[in-house]
Amino acid sequence: MNSNRFTNGALGVLAWGVALLIFFPILWLLLTSFKTEQQAFTVVPNFFFSPTLESFKMALAQGSGYWHYAWNSALTAVASTVIGLALAVPAAYAMAFYPNKRTDFLLVWMVSTKFIPAVGVLIPIYLVYSAVGLLDNALGLTLLFTAMNLPIIVWMVYSYFRDIPKDIVEAADIDGASIMQTLFKVVLPLALPGLASTGLLALILAWNESFWSITMTDHSAATLAVYIASFKSAEGLFWAKMSAASVLAIAPIIVLGWFTQRQMVRGLTFGAVK
Amino acid sequence: MKAISRTASTTAPSAEEAGARSFARTTRLLMAPAVIFLLIWMLVPLAMTIYYSFQQYNLIMPMYNGFAGLTNFTILLSDPTFWKSLANTLIIVAASLVITVCLGLALALLFNRTFVGRGVARTLAVAPFFVMPVVTGLIWKNMLFHPVYGLFAWVARQLGLEPIDWLAHYPMLSVIIMITWEWTPFALLVLLTGLQSLPEDQIEAAKLDGASAWQEFRHIVIPHLGQVLYVVVMLESIFFLTSFAEIYTTTGGGPGTATTNLPYYIFQTVFQQNDIGIASAAAIGAVILANIFAIMLIRFIAGNLNAGAAR
Repeated sequence: MNSNRFTNGALGVLAWGVALLIFFPILWLLLTSFKTEQQAFTVVPNFFFSPTLESFKMALAQGSGYWHYAWNSALTAVASTVIGLALAVPAAYAMAFYPNKRTDFLLVWMVSTKFIPAVGVLIPIYLVYSAVGLLDNALGLTLLFTAMNLPIIVWMVYSYFRDIPKDIVEAADIDGASIMQTLFKVVLPLALPGLASTGLLALILAWNESFWSITMTDHSAATLAVYIASFKSAEGLFWAKMSAASVLAIAPIIVLGWFTQRQMVRGLTFGAVK
Repeated sequence: MKAISRTASTTAPSAEEAGARSFARTTRLLMAPAVIFLLIWMLVPLAMTIYYSFQQYNLIMPMYNGFAGLTNFTILLSDPTFWKSLANTLIIVAASLVITVCLGLALALLFNRTFVGRGVARTLAVAPFFVMPVVTGLIWKNMLFHPVYGLFAWVARQLGLEPIDWLAHYPMLSVIIMITWEWTPFALLVLLTGLQSLPEDQIEAAKLDGASAWQEFRHIVIPHLGQVLYVVVMLESIFFLTSFAEIYTTTGGGPGTATTNLPYYIFQTVFQQNDIGIASAAAIGAVILANIFAIMLIRFIAGNLNAGAAR
């Protein structure tokens, strides 16, 4: 019994140790963001220092363009999520409550488009976008994020709809409600929490996206991912500023992510793990 | 009376039929926008990529453009950089898979126990998964791997060792470390969710029967986690095949072609050599590679769907 308690304690300590080790790079980024540039770029790292908000002020200053990129990130993430939900809800509704023999095929087909690698469609999209003026354009990027997330959104909304007891919908149908009335008056209110977490997941995925942002935008529609990637060649000059900008970019997502862990698993594994 | 019932019986089915038809039309209209959107943004471009792969098409030399037959593929297959990038892609996938799944499983078992502050510890451990890959690349490149100012160099000096220039001397290992740091939390998160759905009574029964911890793990936990492990392996393979940001922000595919994977090779072929034809041929390769995993995964998802319907 005693040795058992000892093992349990030791494993608890081990778990905490591993957790801190994994978290350490993020902590180090956070610490660096509260340093001055001189304190950030030293041969002997500064573990103890008097924190300053100087780098945050620099990162957010007028000339840094931070707000421009943050606005693009927010705009494309929110817009792509809203469009995605608007496309997915009717489709998922039809598939969940009025299935026919093609429903399973359509659903699986939609999911399968998620597994086409981005490079497989990059070239035509780049060429067509440049021909129609959607390159470096917030709408162009938004639509790409929508396409990227739509399979996951459809799947998740479908699975939340399936959780709604069928008799509720049938009762509404028998009472003479039209398909659309049933959707808006019965199904949507019941599925609201599920829709919210689906939206949150889509927001996170769009905000963190980097491949399309880097290839399809340059400045005017560039997101935070593009801005932060531009620090890749800043040899030691702006580490504190880079850290502050990075902290601002990842903090909201980490916090949202902590709240949506379960939905994340459900969505990304397409319901295989609940 | 007879006449009335006859008309009733003849009109009723046709009204029902009309109703069913308008019903089918409504559901089709509901699905159409999503289906059409995915067709335009995914399938049409995919078809165009196939078309371009048979074209000589260079953006800066438009005078030579035209049908090329299989030339792009023969050029591609004789390009050592392509083979190198293919090998790099597979190395990244295999190594990252083995590490993230093994570590993720060990951590999931560890975090499935009860200990003080488990929720907080677990939350810290999964955080890297929510960090933008671009930021991941910069944290590791600048603040950890840097041979002079990085933390690893400082630790090495403290231990009296020569600091290592990670990205220059062990570029592939560095890329794998970064990807592993990001994705082990994902494996942990999914496997932990799987473990928590393990039926309690089975464990109890095994304990009563005197099963050792190893037997319990081998005969109850692993079979139960089998499905979950399968999904993690397939999903991670597909995501690892398309790794980009971690390479773009750190090694830039180098030194030389040491960390050029297939997505990065295609990226360079399009944006630096402007060669649409060859890049498209390589993109077809990437799609085929992803399909090997995707087909298995999709079959599994579809199977799950039917199981769900049966339930």
